[in-house]
Amino acid sequence: MAFAILFFSCQTDNDTNPKEKFAFKTPSNFPKPTYNLQENPITLEGFELGKKLFYTGILSRDGTVSCGSCHAQTSGFTQHGHDLSHGIDDKLTMRNSLPIQNLAWAKNFFWDGGVFHLDLFAISPIEAENEMGETLPNVLQKLRNTEGFESPKTDYPLLFEKAFGTKEITTDRFLKALSQFQLMCISANSRYDKHVRNENTNENKLTTQELKGLELFEQNCSNCHSTTLFTDQSYRNNGLKIGNPNDTGRHRITQNEEDKFKFKVPSLRNVEVTRPYMHDGRFRNLEAVLDHYTDGIQDSETLDESLKSTLKIELNQEEKEAIIAFLKTLTDEEFLSNPILSEF
Amino acid sequence: MNTKFNFSKIAFLAFFIAFSTALSSCKKDSETEPEIDPNKKGMLEIKFDNIVGQDDFTLGKDYQNAAGETFKVDLLQYYISNIILKSENGSEYIVPQEESYFLIKEHDENSRNIQIPNVPEGNYNELIFTIGVDSLRNTMPPAQRTGVLDVGVEGAGKEMYWSWNSGYIFFKMEGTSTAIEPTDTNPNGKFRYHIGGFGGYDTPMFNNIRTISISLGRDAAKTREEAMPSVHIVVDILKVLEGTTQISLSEYPTVMVNPFSLKVSENYMKAFEYHHVHNEGHE
Repeated sequence: MAFAILFFSCQTDNDTNPKEKFAFKTPSNFPKPTYNLQENPITLEGFELGKKLFYTGILSRDGTVSCGSCHAQTSGFTQHGHDLSHGIDDKLTMRNSLPIQNLAWAKNFFWDGGVFHLDLFAISPIEAENEMGETLPNVLQKLRNTEGFESPKTDYPLLFEKAFGTKEITTDRFLKALSQFQLMCISANSRYDKHVRNENTNENKLTTQELKGLELFEQNCSNCHSTTLFTDQSYRNNGLKIGNPNDTGRHRITQNEEDKFKFKVPSLRNVEVTRPYMHDGRFRNLEAVLDHYTDGIQDSETLDESLKSTLKIELNQEEKEAIIAFLKTLTDEEFLSNPILSEF
Repeated sequence: MNTKFNFSKIAFLAFFIAFSTALSSCKKDSETEPEIDPNKKGMLEIKFDNIVGQDDFTLGKDYQNAAGETFKVDLLQYYISNIILKSENGSEYIVPQEESYFLIKEHDENSRNIQIPNVPEGNYNELIFTIGVDSLRNTMPPAQRTGVLDVGVEGAGKEMYWSWNSGYIFFKMEGTSTAIEPTDTNPNGKFRYHIGGFGGYDTPMFNNIRTISISLGRDAAKTREEAMPSVHIVVDILKVLEGTTQISLSEYPTVMVNPFSLKVSENYMKAFEYHHVHNEGHE
């Protein structure tokens, strides 16, 4: 109840129908979502439940880890400052957590694309022994056991009833609620978006340097980080020196030799706040990332074709600075501070 | 439709069956077999008996494989799905897909007896089924993964699903072998065979979906409204390690997401054999 009030109080205008305002809307410069929203229509109640589940430690074995632990909103829903994300019992994972944003348009999930449906995504972190160390049946049981709990504790069966009609807590409902929250994490109001949509005001007009950066980006980067989503959602080997030899990326999933050390091309939206970079968080800042592309590419059998001939992207210092200036226009302050997505 | 033809065909069939039944020593009485009315429905039971060679299979008991390794199994379970029953006259009954997923668990006797309802009366002499879960179901959202496929239920999909590389485990066998050299990471000489892989969602990958056909030879499972036949299939666990390719447990203690798993599934296809049918309805 307190949550609902909090939510309504966040509505800034005189909207008389918050449910309608709440509905999932595809931004005008975005393509059609990949996620089938008809199979899981987003409601205020479903979203609120999903948000509770996203931020509760109940999902982990000892209550210490929530989804939000590795996916903090202010860092673009990543784990700030960690190269490898860490989970329960201070165990390190193999990779740097990816942002939760614009997942309605994602075809596959994780750096290796091992999961292909958003509803199936959460099972993996819940059950990984170095993330939440729990089992899905246990989580569902713990949630069922909260029936009758009074505030400030949460009565989850009651929230499931509000969202889905009855108190029953099933695999399907649990995962759908989590998806509803994640689907609403839409980042589409960066200065770049406003530039594309011709919503330029003086305040968010792109500078000469940023526009130069955009041009350079389109020439040199958008082959893989293709615009709107800033990823073509493919798996590529971008010439990183082999780090953890056991992490063969996409190959772990497909077992195809030609997929060795290929990782998903990440979106660059909010890239300014999602450092460190790469699947293992090896680069601390954007300068280091660009230095890799100009001077650090290692040749290998699976190195991406686009890098094969020259083993480098030609950029001088001024151009790098322009690209970084442009990348910062992808920071979406409204998204990063949107109160309806925040834990508190 | 041509009812006259059907009637004469059925009458002939009934006569033929009655005649052949009279010759069969299995029959306890000489009662005439009831006619088949395809509009009537009955049930059909399939029993999966895990065996080793000629003996009943027992969890925790020592066995020896063709490589001469002594091993015991702690856990054995597998999915059977997409069942089709073929009758003597060539007609097929395709079990509705939603109701056609079963998880056979050695440690749970009830799970080893599959009872299929709403089967049109007929004399079924061939069974076709998948060992595993079809690729389409592997790609569906959780709403379409209920019953034994529910990944949030202990004893169902929970133990038979890879969450990080989304897909069902079709066949799971775990145990220990004295032939497996203990190591720091495997101090008890465990072997773990988790066989899955449905061919990949949008990138082709290995596919362990195995569909087999089992003939009842001259026998038939005679489903009638009032009589449920029971088909016994034996599954020789030794064949998992030697059906086509001889596999050494010490050489391959762990087989999971790995193309080598193709050898294992090719092997266990050979483990399933028809044994006998009870037509009295109940044992």
